Amino acid sequence: MSQTQTIDPSDVGNRSAVQSVVNKQETVKMPKGQISTVALEKSYFKGQHKIPVLRGVEVAVNEGEFVSIVGQSGSGKSTLLHLIGLLDTPDVGEILMNGDRIDDLPEKSRDQLRNHVFGFIFQFYHLLPELSLLENVMSPLMIRHSLWSFWKQRRAMREQACEIIAKVGLGHRMKHKPSELSGGEMQRAAIARALITKPTVLLADEPTGNLDSDTGGEIMDLLASLNEHDRLTIVMVTHDDSIARQAHRIVRLKEGRIEAVDRAA
Amino acid sequence: MYKLLLCLRYLRTRYIALASIISVTLGVATMIVVNSVMAGFSTEMRERIHGLLADVVIETNSLDGVPDAEEHLALVRQAAGDYIESMTTTVEVYGMLSFQYHGQWITRPVTLIGIDPGEKAKVGPLKDFLQSYRPTIVDGRMTEPAQRSMDVPPGWTLTESAQEYRQWWIERQQMMIHGLGEEDDSLPTPLVPGESVTPPFKGEDPGPPIFDEFPNSNASTDEPGAAQQDDSAVAAPTPADSEPSTPLIADESGPTFAPPQFEPPPFEAEGAPELPDSAGWVGLLDGRLYVGMGLISFPYEDDKGKVQTLMMVKPGDDVKLSTVTSGRPPDTTHFNATVVDVFKSGMSEYDSNLVFCNLEYLQKVRGMVDPSTGVRSITSIQIKLKDETDAKVVVERLQAVFPPGRYSVKTWEQKQGPLLAAVDIESAILNVLLFLIIAVAGFGILAIFYMIVVEKTRDIGILKALGAGSGGIMSIFLSYGLALGIVGSGVGVGIGILFVHYINEIEGFITWITGHKVFDERIYYFPEIPTSINASMVIWVAVGAMTIAVLASILPARRAARLRPVEALRFE
Ligand SMILES: Nc1ncnc2c1ncn2[C@@H]1O[C@H](COP(=O)(O)OP(=O)(O)O)[C@@H](O)[C@H]1O
Ligand SMILES: [Mg+2]
Repeated sequence: MSQTQTIDPSDVGNRSAVQSVVNKQETVKMPKGQISTVALEKSYFKGQHKIPVLRGVEVAVNEGEFVSIVGQSGSGKSTLLHLIGLLDTPDVGEILMNGDRIDDLPEKSRDQLRNHVFGFIFQFYHLLPELSLLENVMSPLMIRHSLWSFWKQRRAMREQACEIIAKVGLGHRMKHKPSELSGGEMQRAAIARALITKPTVLLADEPTGNLDSDTGGEIMDLLASLNEHDRLTIVMVTHDDSIARQAHRIVRLKEGRIEAVDRAA
Repeated sequence: MYKLLLCLRYLRTRYIALASIISVTLGVATMIVVNSVMAGFSTEMRERIHGLLADVVIETNSLDGVPDAEEHLALVRQAAGDYIESMTTTVEVYGMLSFQYHGQWITRPVTLIGIDPGEKAKVGPLKDFLQSYRPTIVDGRMTEPAQRSMDVPPGWTLTESAQEYRQWWIERQQMMIHGLGEEDDSLPTPLVPGESVTPPFKGEDPGPPIFDEFPNSNASTDEPGAAQQDDSAVAAPTPADSEPSTPLIADESGPTFAPPQFEPPPFEAEGAPELPDSAGWVGLLDGRLYVGMGLISFPYEDDKGKVQTLMMVKPGDDVKLSTVTSGRPPDTTHFNATVVDVFKSGMSEYDSNLVFCNLEYLQKVRGMVDPSTGVRSITSIQIKLKDETDAKVVVERLQAVFPPGRYSVKTWEQKQGPLLAAVDIESAILNVLLFLIIAVAGFGILAIFYMIVVEKTRDIGILKALGAGSGGIMSIFLSYGLALGIVGSGVGVGIGILFVHYINEIEGFITWITGHKVFDERIYYFPEIPTSINASMVIWVAVGAMTIAVLASILPARRAARLRPVEALRFE
């Protein structure tokens, strides 16, 4: 079991609990959701050829801020988001959270940060096809807890999941498999899954990229309200300017470098 | 937690993986069946061998034997008396058994063993093998009770029905002789069947031998049905029963063709009405035999396709035996003897080779009795131990007393060593082969798991993005492998045990379908396929199969664990 910490059931996913967890790692003291990158570089190899994707990216996202990253396809937006979310490691540079470096943490701590601090939303929803909507939403909690502690707290967690599912408007689809849901519903389910851990930073990679504009608008409204009411830090990748404008700030990426940072609307 | 859930879900949704463990299932089932049947065979066989041999056997290297049984017994007692429950001396020699059937002489090589049945019964379960102690069983139901009760010690007397039968054929013979050869009175009257029949026919085809008519009416049992009808005539205890080997010693007239001792005609006392004068010849010859079933019978299929056994010689008949004397140079000698009983141990090697003879008569015939002192020679001593696990110790002690140049001292297992070892090796090789089959199934699992990991690449990326560690991902696939192993070997164990349990029904069914006997008792000597399920064997096989399933999933699981989340998520 990689997640062995014990969390008092009463404040599961609660911010103070997250703090205590992360404090245990003695690396990040105050995960307030302030993220910054320092001179990030990342390149991939295609055979012998080195393909630089990011060439020194510096962004800072404040706590409670809604930032969108735009750029052409292949400009390195997803790569940047993955680096921030610790899904990958940069070749050069640092990722800081509230001033502390998090990209060089040991693997286990990175796993825990992903589980506790970051919430991910992907363009293709990425729900697990074998699990029902409810199970999908609860999966981060299942990953967090051992069998025994999950079993003890299953009621509380179930309630919490139902609450969040209701909040994204899918209360009537609990038992459905992802294949039985529409694109918009799947994306809402993915958002619910990202929210259940009460993350401090939400990382969304083209969350509306696969949806029609009406459904996409609903998803954007949902994100905006999460940012507004729950003071969730959101970093959203998109290539659609009109969507990007709903954020506080727009970071423009071009060929692995930051072209401009605009203040939106 | 997610590991368990996903593992169970994969189990329920990936039927292809279930297909991959069918080979594991079949392998496990086959291993259990093969092992159970082999174990059944070998325990049955060991039991039979052990039953015929004693725990420890001392044999002389020479067929002539060594003089003085008593002295030897005393030596044995001195060396290992504490371990010994009982002993018996025997004479073992090669010989030929001849008898006439359908007008032709049938001769078979045999091992002739002189025993004292009472003593022999104390070192091994002799009675269990003698047919007169066994009820007749047809299709699993007892059709006739045993002719002798187990309480009666084995001896050299005929059962009532055999006595009856003997009387019948001798009368027939007398009638033939009187009817056909009135003029030829010089013929010796009481004769061994074959010998007596031929001369009156004067070289013509004798047709069905007279003594054969009778047995054919009731081919498969050795008790003539007719005997039942005139039960009243035999109701009185046959006096013959009370005449053991006493006349033998008195009779020193020579080893070959001893004219049968005249014994009080059994039915005279009763005043049985139509007995011919020669009723007295119903008395037995001095040589008495227990003949192996396989020597004097052959199996055949009756019109219903059932295997029946046809007895060519039955208790009460006389046969001829040839063997060698113990002199220098050895001389051939032959004598006639009455078959008193038929024995069947179930080991065809024994049943078609052994003839037990009364020890004292055999010693006399072979010249093993010192004419001046009356000291008798023996060729082997069979010893039953109080605790058969002491056999090794006893053998060691006895080897010190009986030098290996003249004697060989062996446990029954050592005596049958090559046969038992062959069975062990055979089962070991089969096990290795079958386990290799399961191992091959392991590669099937490996390939299919690899496919599943590739198919699940994206899901693995998601799980990692949600915070699952490499160890967790790995354990999903390992426990998936284990779960498949458990299901596979569990089903395999179930099928295997069911198969073993119903193996005879299955055999019957296959025989019915193909019309071809799969398990032919004519070959195997077992009426049913013997099986014995060994719990530890089953557990080992099941654990082995599970281990292989887990081992096969290690490689794919490691691959899954090493996937980096971005790489897993990229391709969309
Ligand atoms: N694992 C990889 N191996 C090789 N090249 C990669 C890999 N991941 C991304 N790239 C390359 O990096 C570039 C940026 O990709 P990405 O960040 O996904 O762009 P986008 O801005 O469209 O999200 C692309 O040209 C892509 O081909
Ligand atoms: Mg992208």
